[in-house]
Amino acid sequence: MRIISIFICGLIFGLGLAISGMLNPSKVSAFLDLAGMWDPSLAFVMGGGLAVNLVFFHFLKRPSPYFADSFALPRLTQLDKPLLVGSALFGIGWALGGLCPGPAIASLAYASSEVIFFFIAMATGLLIGRSVEGWF
Amino acid sequence: MTIDWINFAPGEALLGGALIGLAAGLYFTFHGQIMGASGILGRFLAAAFDHEERSDWDVRLVFLLGVVAGPLAYMGVNGKLPAADFIASDTRLLLAGLIVGIGAAIGSGCTSGHGICGLARLSPRSLTAVLTFMTTGIISTFLLNHM
Repeated sequence: MRIISIFICGLIFGLGLAISGMLNPSKVSAFLDLAGMWDPSLAFVMGGGLAVNLVFFHFLKRPSPYFADSFALPRLTQLDKPLLVGSALFGIGWALGGLCPGPAIASLAYASSEVIFFFIAMATGLLIGRSVEGWF
Repeated sequence: MTIDWINFAPGEALLGGALIGLAAGLYFTFHGQIMGASGILGRFLAAAFDHEERSDWDVRLVFLLGVVAGPLAYMGVNGKLPAADFIASDTRLLLAGLIVGIGAAIGSGCTSGHGICGLARLSPRSLTAVLTFMTTGIISTFLLNHM
């Protein structure tokens, strides 16, 4: 059941990404292109996602998750250099390629050379980032 | 600022976004963790090198497979995958992917982790992350397209 529920979450996430337009680098780029032909669609993606997710986070009264011992929320609360540096870099990469991690994974469904290049590079970047995180 | 009314698709964006939010909410309810794509993939990959990340690697794999299945389900209903027009050649995509990966790992998250989950939790760290990557994303796009 645990495995099935997780698969369904992934499926709904991937389906949502597909419907929303997040798998289209041109659409992402048009959202970031305030000075050009601006496509505000992605603001609605985040809006829709936040609205639904907020309901869960604020009305969930369970003492523990269905399939785990406890809720694992991020422990850090202060702003720090890695957060700023990492986010700044992330934005640059996102603008350069028009894809971010979730869509990059979902886009493996296309099995195109572009997606595969991006994915392998991103996977490499994730591993590099994890090991240099301590430098900041 | 000129709005691209032809491509603006708020209905699909809202519906897709709502599904993403639903997935994140369910993931948290079932599994008790933030549905951050970069974290899930990063930990899955790291399991090959770091034995501390080995627990739950099977859960992460199943999630990742589900995400790939999502567009396939879309194709099942619509007959084809959604439009995906790339903005960069292969070399630039390699660089972009590398930077996205490094940035997401160092910054502890991406648009799903910080944008959808972190903001819903009213996390100041996530708000800062989102504002930061939106800013550098917008500036970078301006430099790429208009300089």
